[in-house]
Amino acid sequence: MSKLTPPLPKFLRPAPSRSHEDDGAGEGNGGEPGRAGKVRESAAEGSANVVGWLDERSGISPIVRAQFYRKVPKGTNWFYTLGSATLFAFVSQAVTGVFLAMYYEPDTSRAYESAAHITNEVFLGELVRGMHRWGSTVMIILIFLHMARTFVFGAYKYPRELQWVIGVVLLVLTLAMGLTGYLLPFDQRSFWATTVAVNLNASAPVIGPYLADFMRGGAEFGAASLARFYALHMLAIPGLIAALIGAHLYLVAKLGTTAPPWLKAEKKALRQEGI
Amino acid sequence: MNAREKEQYLREYSILKGQGKPFFPYAVGKDGAMAAITLGVIIAMAILFGAELGPKADPTTTTYSPRPEWYFFFLFELLRVIKPPELTLMATLGVPTICLILLLLLPFYDRSAERHPLKRPIAMIGAVATVVAMAYLSIIGALGGPPSEIEIPVAAQYKPGADVTAASGCLGCHKIGENGNTLGPNLTEIGDRLGRDAIARTLVNPTAPMPSYQGLKQENPEQFEELVDFIASLKKASEEGG
Ligand code: HEC
Ligand code: HEM
Repeated sequence: MSKLTPPLPKFLRPAPSRSHEDDGAGEGNGGEPGRAGKVRESAAEGSANVVGWLDERSGISPIVRAQFYRKVPKGTNWFYTLGSATLFAFVSQAVTGVFLAMYYEPDTSRAYESAAHITNEVFLGELVRGMHRWGSTVMIILIFLHMARTFVFGAYKYPRELQWVIGVVLLVLTLAMGLTGYLLPFDQRSFWATTVAVNLNASAPVIGPYLADFMRGGAEFGAASLARFYALHMLAIPGLIAALIGAHLYLVAKLGTTAPPWLKAEKKALRQEGI
Repeated sequence: MNAREKEQYLREYSILKGQGKPFFPYAVGKDGAMAAITLGVIIAMAILFGAELGPKADPTTTTYSPRPEWYFFFLFELLRVIKPPELTLMATLGVPTICLILLLLLPFYDRSAERHPLKRPIAMIGAVATVVAMAYLSIIGALGGPPSEIEIPVAAQYKPGADVTAASGCLGCHKIGENGNTLGPNLTEIGDRLGRDAIARTLVNPTAPMPSYQGLKQENPEQFEELVDFIASLKKASEEGG
């Protein structure tokens, strides 16, 4: 397989040695090239370009190269873009979320006003709020489609079981983002829908009342609840999601994506492998 | 999958992978196109539908509809479909939790080597049934009428109470006449079953998931009394009398 790897693109190839350019200058004062000359040489070479500079210090280019030019199996089709589209939707949520956080105030007396300020006054505020609002819908749709794809293709089977398990946790966390974010604008609809959702939780056996108390930050729904939902929505859940996406993608890179299940390697190729 | 099947799979996979195309630029190109479409759809929806902001949250009362995001409709609807109160626990937590655990553990009980969807009839039927059930619950959840109208004839002295009831969102969970939802008990003839005091007690100290209206009682005792009067007046006779 390594023989088939295509050549590196120009910007990733090692820079050609510069020593011949320096020849004249280095030996101009009659002396041997000497240690000083060598150091100058390697220093000049090292900083030839940014990629070279980074590579010299991190040794990352073989990894990048292996990832970029790894093969994706025969038959990879558009359904395989759903996972990266989900990732993209998450990134979009993160970016728009950061801009919203610049203006939003998680305080029962200010939350609604700051949301209104974003919507009505901040430059492009309504667009960014709208993108965050509808981005959540898009992300939920994409994550379900991605899950459906991996289910139909049997991609959850050996050796990708762990990927599926991480995926289900990501699904739950994404839904939790939807729940916690819904309260933040603090208008009538969001307040009451969340109240009911928390009350539903309270009716769960054993842990229900504790869970509900934890979410509310007390027995009543109010300022503490808003602060908790804000912290969960802004820090805890997205942090967990980002970490788990990292693990999910590590496994994608390590194991590769499946080939569509209706493709079979020909008998001939199997025999050539030398069974 | 036993050891031989695992090995067979890995071998076949490595061949199909060897016959494939490099990730860059082929897969990256498709992923990029899909990302552009995703961003386009998000921006288009943001422009078309905007970012709605209703009236400010007011824990004491006024109009509200306890409506979740559309992707939670099926959960709320599940509550309505499973009626008997001793089963609501099952509905809110039991069914979803069991489904979630089944989903999480899928790779550990579905261990056959077969991956082709048409050769996994049980898995596919199960999946399609789940999707249909969730879609059905979501749709009837979405079609549930607006929770803020009362259309039964109301005697003049109870009119203010009917308005408070409509504004308090009781219809989000209760049916009065033809209007409202069926999450909680039907209130059309509640006056026959519960007295005025019992109703007032329920409102201040309800069973979850019904929210408490203690706030209304404190902030606006007059409206609270009107509300209770109206609910208590809902009897079979009063309906006939018009
Ligand atoms: C979030 C949904 C919800 C809302 C909103 C709601 N209720 Fe309820 N209500 C319920 C549920 C569920 C029950 C059943 C509780 C039980 O099983 O004990 C109930 C029970 C009742 C009962 C007792 C019925 C009986 O047969 O024992 C009355 C009376 C009542 N509600 C009145 C009201 C009124 C009046 C309002 C509006 C001010 C209201 N509810 C708002 C969900 C709700
Ligand atoms: C935040 C959410 C998620 C992100 C960003 C994400 C991202 C990805 C990406 C980029 C891939 C590469 C292949 C592809 O795109 O199809 C992938 C593969 C995979 N994902 Fe996800 N995913 C998410 C959620 C899920 C969920 C909810 C599940 C299922 C429960 C899941 C299960 C899988 C499996 C089994 C694979 C391997 C597919 C294969 O090898 O063909 N993922 N994921």
